Formats: sequence, C-alpha cells, structure tokens
Amino acid sequence: MSLNFFMQNLINALQWGSFYALIALGYSMVYSILMLFNFAHGDIFMVGAYIGLGVSLVLLKVVGTGAAALVPGWVVLVATILISMFLTAFVGIIVERVGYRPLRDAPRASAAITGLMIGIILETSNILFLGGQRLAFPQLIESRTYNIGGIFITNKKIMIVVVSIGLMLALHQFVTRSRWGMAMRAMAYDFVVVPLVGVPLNTIAVMTFAIGSALAAAAGILFGLSYPVLDPYMGVSFGWKAFVAAILGGRGSIMGACIAGFMLGFIEIMTVPGIQIINRLFALNIGSNLRDLIAYSIVLAILIFRPHGLFGEPYSAKLRL
Amino acid sequence: MTGTDQATVTRGLPAAVGRLLAGVPLLGWLLGFLAAVLVERTIGDTLAQTLGLPKMPVLFGILTVSKVIAEIINAVVKNTAFDPALLVHIPAALVYLSVVYLLPIAAVARLGARAANRAAAIMDRWNLTIPAAVHIGLMYLTLHIWAAMSDYRLITLKITLIAVLLTLSLNIINGYMGEFSCSHPGFMAVGAYMSSLFTVGLFVDDKVLGKALMPWALDFLTFPLALIFGGICASVAALLVAIPSFKTRGDYLAIISLAFLFIIKSLFENLQGLGGARGIAGQPDWAALPVIFVVVGLGIWSINNFVTSTYGKALNAVRDDELAAEAMTVNTRQAKMTAFLVGAFWAGIAGGLLAHVVRYINPAMFGIQKLAEVLAMVYFGGLNSVYGSIVGAVSISLLGEALRPLEILKWIIIPLMLILVMIYRPTGLVAFRDFDLREAMKPKTEPGQRK
Repeated sequence: MSLNFFMQNLINALQWGSFYALIALGYSMVYSILMLFNFAHGDIFMVGAYIGLGVSLVLLKVVGTGAAALVPGWVVLVATILISMFLTAFVGIIVERVGYRPLRDAPRASAAITGLMIGIILETSNILFLGGQRLAFPQLIESRTYNIGGIFITNKKIMIVVVSIGLMLALHQFVTRSRWGMAMRAMAYDFVVVPLVGVPLNTIAVMTFAIGSALAAAAGILFGLSYPVLDPYMGVSFGWKAFVAAILGGRGSIMGACIAGFMLGFIEIMTVPGIQIINRLFALNIGSNLRDLIAYSIVLAILIFRPHGLFGEPYSAKLRL
Repeated sequence: MTGTDQATVTRGLPAAVGRLLAGVPLLGWLLGFLAAVLVERTIGDTLAQTLGLPKMPVLFGILTVSKVIAEIINAVVKNTAFDPALLVHIPAALVYLSVVYLLPIAAVARLGARAANRAAAIMDRWNLTIPAAVHIGLMYLTLHIWAAMSDYRLITLKITLIAVLLTLSLNIINGYMGEFSCSHPGFMAVGAYMSSLFTVGLFVDDKVLGKALMPWALDFLTFPLALIFGGICASVAALLVAIPSFKTRGDYLAIISLAFLFIIKSLFENLQGLGGARGIAGQPDWAALPVIFVVVGLGIWSINNFVTSTYGKALNAVRDDELAAEAMTVNTRQAKMTAFLVGAFWAGIAGGLLAHVVRYINPAMFGIQKLAEVLAMVYFGGLNSVYGSIVGAVSISLLGEALRPLEILKWIIIPLMLILVMIYRPTGLVAFRDFDLREAMKPKTEPGQRK
C-alpha cells in the first residue's frame, strides 16, 4: 500500500464526495428553512442530469461538433451547466408548489410521503417520455490524463472538484453576505416569528428549493461527464446516500453537509483498499463487495455516538407528530 | 380527527341508499357478501359469457375496465389497432359488478337486516369468543369461496393479507409511537430469510442450503415454529435500531433505520451461504389461505390488544411528549423497546409468510421500493389506527393489481392519489380510530326506530 495508491483513491473520493456534497446541500437547505426533508431531491438530481443532456445536445447542434465547432467544448459545458441549473430550479419550484406548500401545517411525515411520491412520479414520467433506456451523455470536453508523481489525474476530475467547491463557496457567499441570504438565515432560526417582521416565508422557501435544485442539476451534469450513462433510477441511490450525508453533517448545517458529503465519498471509496489491507494483515478473505455494508456501519456508529450529526444542534425541538 | 367530521349528505339518491342501509349490522354485510360470492359461483361464468366478456372478471371488473383503458391509450399513443368491440367491456363489467355483487349484497343486507340485528343482539349478550368466531368464520368462508374461483384471486388475496399484517406492524412504530422508521423491509427480510433457512434447510434438498437435515413426513407441522423463529430473529435484529432510539429521535432515528435497511440488504447480498444476490428458492408450499388467514388474524388481534393496552397508551404518550411521559412515570425506554420488538416480530412473520407464498426470496425484494410501498400503505390508510392499516393495505395492494394493465401509468396514478390524500387528509383516510370488535359486531338501530 503505497502513498501513491492512497492519493489515487483520495482523488476518486474527492470526486464522489463532490456529487454527494452538492446533493446533500439541497437537502440541508430545505431542512433549515422548512424543518423537513425534500425526498424528491434525488430525483431532481436525475431530472437535472437529463435536462443537462437535452441542453447540451441542443447546444452541440447549434455550435457544431469537432473541428467545425464555433466555440471550444468548455464554453458549451459552462453554458450547459448554467442553463440547466436555471431550468432545473423551476422543477424544484414546481415540486415545492405542488407537494410541500399545501402541507405546510400538516405532520412532517405526510410531507415526507408526498416527497417520496413526487420522486416516483418524476422517475415514471421519465420512463414514459424517454422510453426508459439508458442514454449516453455527450463528452463536451476531451479527457486528458496528467501524471503527477505517479498519480494519474484526469482533467475532468480536477474540473469536477473545482466546480463543486466553487459552487459551495458561491453559496456560502450568498448565504452570509447578501440580504436574501440573511433572510434565509433568519428563517432557519425561527420560521414562525421571522415572517411576522415581514420576511415572506413562501418566497424564501421557493428560493431554497430553487437553489437546492440548481446545485443538484450541476451535480447531475458533472456526474454525466464522468460516468456518461444516465438512467431513470440513478437518482434513487444517489439521493438516499446524499440524504445520509446531510444527516451525518447535522440537519440544516450547510458546512456540515459539504464536509459530510466528502466524508461519505471518502468512506465509500476507502473501504475497498481498507478491506484489502485488513485481508493482508490478518490473512482474511473479506470480499470487497461488502463496501455498502461497511460504509453504512461506519455511518451508524458515528450517529450512535454523535446522535445530532457532526455539526448539528442537539435535538430539542418537539416533533410535530 | 375522529369520526365526527364525516360529511353528512341528507338529500339525493346516495343519501337515500345510505339511510336504507344504515341499520345493517356487520353480520348482515357478511351474509350479503357470502350471498354475492355464491351468486358469482353459480352464474358468474354464464353471465360473463352472456355479457360478452372473455372470462369472469377477477377483481370486481376493475381489471377489465383498466385493460380496455390501456388498449385505448396504446391505440392513441402507439397507433396500435383498437377493436371498438372492446368498449362493450366497460358497461358489461359494470353490469356484472352490479348483478353479481352490489345487488345481492344490498338485497341480502337490507332484507336480512332485521334477522341479522336480532341474531347480533342475542350474540351480544354472550361471551365475546362466540360472536367473534361466527363473524370470522363467515368472513373466511366468503373469502375462501371468492378466492377458489381463480388462482389469480388466491395469490392476490394472500399478498393482500400479508400486506395488512406488515402495514399494521409498521403502524405501531410510525403511527402509535410517531417515529419515522425506514427499517421495516429489513425486518421483513430477516424474517423471510430465517424462516426459509428453517424450512428449506431442515426439510428440503436445496442447491444453496444443501441436503435436508431431518426429512420428516409431518414437516408442515413445524411451519408455525419456522414463522416464530423468523419473527424472533427479526426482533433481535430490531435491537440494532431500538437501542439507538433511546437517545435519538426524529430524523436521526430515520437515518439510523435507513442505514439498518441498507446494512441488512447488503449483508444478505454478500452471505454466499444464504444464496447471495440470487437468494433462496424452493420454499415448501405451506402458506395456504387458511394458514395465512389465521396468522394474520392472530396478528391483528394481538397488535390491537397491544396498542389498546397501557403499553400502547405509553407509546402515544411518548409520541406526543416524551418528557411529559417520563414525568408521568412512563418508562420511555421500555415503551420504545417493546414497540420496536413487537413491530419487528410481526414484520418478520409477514416476511416468512411472503417467502412461503412467493416461494422465492432475494435481497432485491426488500429494498427502497418495498419501503416506499409499505410507507404508502400506512400513510394512505391512516396513522394510529388498526382500521386505517387494513384500509390502506387492502386499497393500495388491490389498486396495484387492478391497475396492472396500465403498466407504467400505474406508478403515476397511485402516487398522485397518495399526494391528494396527504393534502386533504394529512394523517390518512381513517386515522386515530380505535378498533373494537364488540362495537363492530353490535346490532344497529334502524333510522327512525328507538333503541
């Protein structure tokens, strides 16, 4: 087990962690405002990836491909990410309007059920309209591999990590520096009293859904770039894992969601070499397909010893049923 | 929340029918259903042929109607040939439904109301066991005759009964105790695997589990043991979620239970001794309808007793305010522990039954999909209510079967319905209703007649 091998895995973990962190941010932001989890968020990630696919195909048709292209690939990529983030934000707004606003005063579990059901509807409509077969995501930028001291890094991996961290920093700036961000923080502090002083709850809720969905769309496109096969159920496993990350970071904590997202990616990627080391040390034969089991056992252990997550407030609020 | 907010319609045909049928006791309805089933048995096939239906409608004609709708949709979307003669099936199915079910049920229930009320009044004075045995016996007889008419009905009925038990056991945790537990398919998987291990391992030669350890001619007698073994194993597994629940509540407990589900599923996928991802097949065919009926009946009875006992009230207290409950001498740890253990036990038994009905299990059967299904049943039917669990499980599983011809559209219709229920009745259709057998079997007073 050399350092090189470790670094190689670390880079993969950073890449997976960026997907989880970007999606977990959406869960966490909605939670901080409305005190409930948007269970349709995983499927919004899927819808975002498909919207990105559509947008990039249209753009490629307009500007042309290969040597005849009017603009280089990265311009198309940036345009795709921005346009899809904008479009997917509307999906989030619709989900809020249909599934969550009518249930503002209902028990939290009911809203969780509507979220789950909207997720199923999104998956099914995708199969209904696109036929259910897997689609290939166009490769907008050429893949290059750099060899830095024996560690192989592709330009896509660097780009994915840089773009996600950039988005997180932008979100942090927005939340801490802007007036709307201040309104969001106030709402997260108390969503009963703050509307009384004139901050509109519905506008803020819509804004959180829109921002969360836009981040999910960015994650979807970045995912499509590195694993260029999209299928209608891709949001399910990613969504639930990002949900785990959001909880692990502490409900409603934006920094917690980012760090826990990267941590979950790290745990998932590192269990395989970890199992190999243990096998070699103790002459055991543990299969590396136990990855999920070990990863979730670690999550379970963390939550048993820190029941409110890594950066969350201890649980005190009374449940609304 | 209770039955007080029911809409009261006083005019029109539905109200008139409602007034006419208000005085019918449960016994009368059961006799009506029995009559309907007997009518179907005698004239069902002939009537279906006369009406031009290809065969007897299996699920009250809903399946027939949704088949026609599916054909129409296919014709519109994919331009397949559509035979206009199929349109006749819709009124035919309606006529079949009214002639075979609605009319006999209404007629027998109405005409026999007086006699049924008298019988119910006599039985009301006796020990509860006798009227209960009469009602349940009638119910079983009706279901048996109904299911004997087609294999499809039989398997649908079995799966529905198991769904009732599963929903009820989840309602203990999610409804009565108010936690959002996502681990139920995991408990079910443990029960299914362990009871299969018991039956297949001991009595059946199998590729995965090897030769039968102790072949025995009367091996089917051990089926209850196998189910209980599965249930107890599920309870032991539930400790993994129950113990963290002492300190953790709400969303964190939800995530712990979800992690538990993933862990259990991954464990069974990787245990090559239990068949790995391919699972175990070849369970003996012991889960006949009477067995399932008895087990599910026992489950409903014991869960109902549990939730109406002081233990159940303690669960409600923990849900409404844990600190106050503790101050009122409720042992919250014990309450949470019992809720998880009892819920997991019956979920394990439901899993064992399912394994022996489908006679094949693999880890993929107990994933997120199953979780969404069970949660849908609980929240559709109603929280904190035995009636609600029965209503939710029966309606969602029958609807799932009846809409099967619509294929993928089914997964838009059912979620949409659930969203509407959540918006207009956020706690489910019949939430917070107590289930009282004696109350249900009481004679009804006719409208306009004094008690």
